[in-house]
Amino acid sequence: MTTLKEQEVIQQQFQQRMDEDELLNCMRCGFCLPTCPTYIESGFKESHSPRGRIALMKAVVDGLIEPDEDFERSLDLCLGCRACEPVCPSGVNYGHLLEEARDIINQNKKFSLPARAVRGAVFQGLFPHPERMRRTVGLLGFYQRSGLQTIARKIGFLGLLPKSLATMEKVLPQMPSVKEMKNRPKHLPALGVQTHRVAFFSGCLMDTMFLKTNDATMKLLQQAGCEVVIPPEQVCCGALHGHGGEKATAKELAKRNIQAFEDLDVDFIITNAGGCGAFLIDYDHLLKDDPQWCNRAKAFTEKIKDISEVLVAVDFHKKVKLTLPPQVVTYQDSCHLRNVMKTSSAPRVLLQAIEGVRYQEMKDADRCCGSAGIYNIVESESSMVMLDYKMTQAKATHATTIVTANPGCLLQMQLGIEREGLSAKMRGVHIVDLLLEAVQE
Amino acid sequence: MLANEVREKLIAIVSRENFEDSKTERLVYSYDATPNFQSLPDAVISPRNTQEVAEILKVCNEYKVPIVPRGSGTNLCGGTCPTEGGIVLLFKQMNQILEIDEENLTVTVQPGVITLDMTNAVEARGLFYPPDPSSMKISTIGGNINENSGGLRGLKYGVTRDYVIALEVVMPNGDIIRTGGKLAKDVAGYDLTRLMVGSEGTLGIITEATLKLIPMPETKKTMLALYQDLSAAARSVSKIIANKIIPTTLEFLDQPTLKVVEDFAQIGLPTDVQAVLLIEQDGPAEVVERDLQKMAEICRQEQAVSIQMAASEEEADALRTARRAALSAIARLKPTTILEDATVPRSEIANMVQAINEIADKYKLDICTFGHAGDGNLHPTCATDARNHEEMERVEQAFAEIFSKAIELGGTITGEHGVGAMKAPYLEWKLKKEGIAVMTAIKQALDPNNILNPGKVFAKDSRKRVVVTR
Repeated sequence: MTTLKEQEVIQQQFQQRMDEDELLNCMRCGFCLPTCPTYIESGFKESHSPRGRIALMKAVVDGLIEPDEDFERSLDLCLGCRACEPVCPSGVNYGHLLEEARDIINQNKKFSLPARAVRGAVFQGLFPHPERMRRTVGLLGFYQRSGLQTIARKIGFLGLLPKSLATMEKVLPQMPSVKEMKNRPKHLPALGVQTHRVAFFSGCLMDTMFLKTNDATMKLLQQAGCEVVIPPEQVCCGALHGHGGEKATAKELAKRNIQAFEDLDVDFIITNAGGCGAFLIDYDHLLKDDPQWCNRAKAFTEKIKDISEVLVAVDFHKKVKLTLPPQVVTYQDSCHLRNVMKTSSAPRVLLQAIEGVRYQEMKDADRCCGSAGIYNIVESESSMVMLDYKMTQAKATHATTIVTANPGCLLQMQLGIEREGLSAKMRGVHIVDLLLEAVQE
Repeated sequence: MLANEVREKLIAIVSRENFEDSKTERLVYSYDATPNFQSLPDAVISPRNTQEVAEILKVCNEYKVPIVPRGSGTNLCGGTCPTEGGIVLLFKQMNQILEIDEENLTVTVQPGVITLDMTNAVEARGLFYPPDPSSMKISTIGGNINENSGGLRGLKYGVTRDYVIALEVVMPNGDIIRTGGKLAKDVAGYDLTRLMVGSEGTLGIITEATLKLIPMPETKKTMLALYQDLSAAARSVSKIIANKIIPTTLEFLDQPTLKVVEDFAQIGLPTDVQAVLLIEQDGPAEVVERDLQKMAEICRQEQAVSIQMAASEEEADALRTARRAALSAIARLKPTTILEDATVPRSEIANMVQAINEIADKYKLDICTFGHAGDGNLHPTCATDARNHEEMERVEQAFAEIFSKAIELGGTITGEHGVGAMKAPYLEWKLKKEGIAVMTAIKQALDPNNILNPGKVFAKDSRKRVVVTR
């Protein structure tokens, strides 16, 4: 809870830092309402809609209301999926407003001691440091392989965790060993005729927990005729920090990444995680007030492309034969891939090009699955409501494979499958893993 | 602030979870889609049925608490802004389609149903509900009825009023009345249905409505006519009507509007021309074909530089969707968009378009004009900035002049957006003192304590009519 004194400081900072033009740009037409998952799931509460949230932010700036607990709750419940942005005729950058508001609140409120400890450990201590990420994931791997996992499950230790976390434990992928995580390639040649030279943004979670998916991505790029450079100096994209109200750290990470990629002379910088890609492509906004960095950021963002987009652009699906055993496949959009990176048709084109696949579009595939960064952990109840809706739609397609394009969404899909008791007949998979399967079939 | 006694009584009626009065919940119902109107209500209530609405009204009437019914807050006249505080009444729990009657061709709905949801539901049965306000994806039927909303198909099919045939209404004293019926003919007494439609929540609270449906037209076709001359486009509109062709849709968009809409929709709209007409016709295939040919011919005679047919229904739908986003897209130019919906007889469209441009020049304003030209309903929209007080003064003067011109041409100050708080000061220009007196008498008879949406339609002070100098 924020004290009155904290509220006063937050209000002042809103007045100093919130972009007034952007707030005024919302002309309250309401075109965003039908796309907002929290507006729909709350039974049409305006305070849980983008229009309502912008009005609330503006009211804090105008001094009409204080940034009290209800106000914070309204912002906390936002998934940050940004589905409101592509449908906004006025072009309001809601995501930027939300990020700034969350940063102001989080920098000025006193979290409880345990919350502070966790935030510090995760935001500052873990994600910005590749070496520590590897060790942590290595520990998880030890937990899985040593028999500890079996013991923990047997003695009911997991029952002590909140239900969604306990289920999450079940769906975590098989962790790679520390050795595997350390020996990462720095350069890979194109297979066949080289058409492009690209850099690969490997990410922190993707290059540890989802290492296999990163390997698949690089293989596909090689097969598509791309020479791949993977600069080892790169770090976490900073999305978790940006969305979680730790903007200063996010900016530091952004600078390190720009530096790591800027002299590589590549056509594109490839990502395979919608969440990371959307944050990377927004670096120019993040650093817009920094004269030393804004132009370098702009040059960086212009090269960011999702793997699906590039594969379609180089006609990978037409050049390489893709085959899988007969199955029904559906695709769950990664919100940030769709709404921020504007990539929605490329993954569908690729999936439909696979022989043996019957592609079945799911109703509201563009609606957030409730994963939303760490939302499914911090707002578990609301997240599970979103997930239940998603699974209902997924089941209606009769798909046996749910494809997605972001690690958070993938884990959430696997969590959904587990919760529904469907793990025997349904699987969740990252699009590049499925494509590689199709190449090898 | 509500007196504690009133608060307790209201909570007893709707139960605690349907009563909100936190600052946050009040703030988010302090506005609608009209710029420059904001006022906090004292409480926000979501009744579950007509009986609860009646109980709420009794309490409000006894304690003289203002009450403002609100759908999705998309109206453009300040109609649902609680300018005098009190209670905002939401219909999010009264949002069911109660019945689609395929024998009588009617649909019966609760006020909170989203317009598009109802349209889709009846179309699934081969039936057609023509009114299609641009906000139909968001707006509620209750809101449409209260504002008597129009839309892109108004030219051929009329507006919401033409489809409402029965209502359940709660009066300020708590009486529940039923007007009309599933009847093609009904002259039993005053036409209370029509009195309620478009009354902006000032006479009663609508809790149920039966709407007339018609069979779904067999086919539909869409085309664009491109012009390098604004008046030529406007003249084409009048000429099409004069040639006794009534298309479903005949929309006008000028170049500034085209540019912002294309910026948003990215569907390849022509932005290098001065104006575009979006024309649609529906009905039997041969009639549609013949009418489109004739209209294309008229447009060419009027110097259209190009005529483009939509290749598919998807393409046509993209054009309609883009047109519907026009108003909000203008906010890309400047933060505040002040829009009007002056309406003139169709024969005067060219004169009105010209007058709007002259007025924009005179006051040095950016005015984008688009609208339902075919029914004489234009939406001149000024892109401005509410923080620039000097410019806002000029905007006000310009719009006063546009209203005045519209009335001079035999038109009206509002075709489909309603009077609300925004145009109340101008209503007397259209109705004269005597007309206002009749309306006042009706209002006083039905709502003697003035609890229903006070401050709307009736102005405290009418604006002095400016004399147009030409």
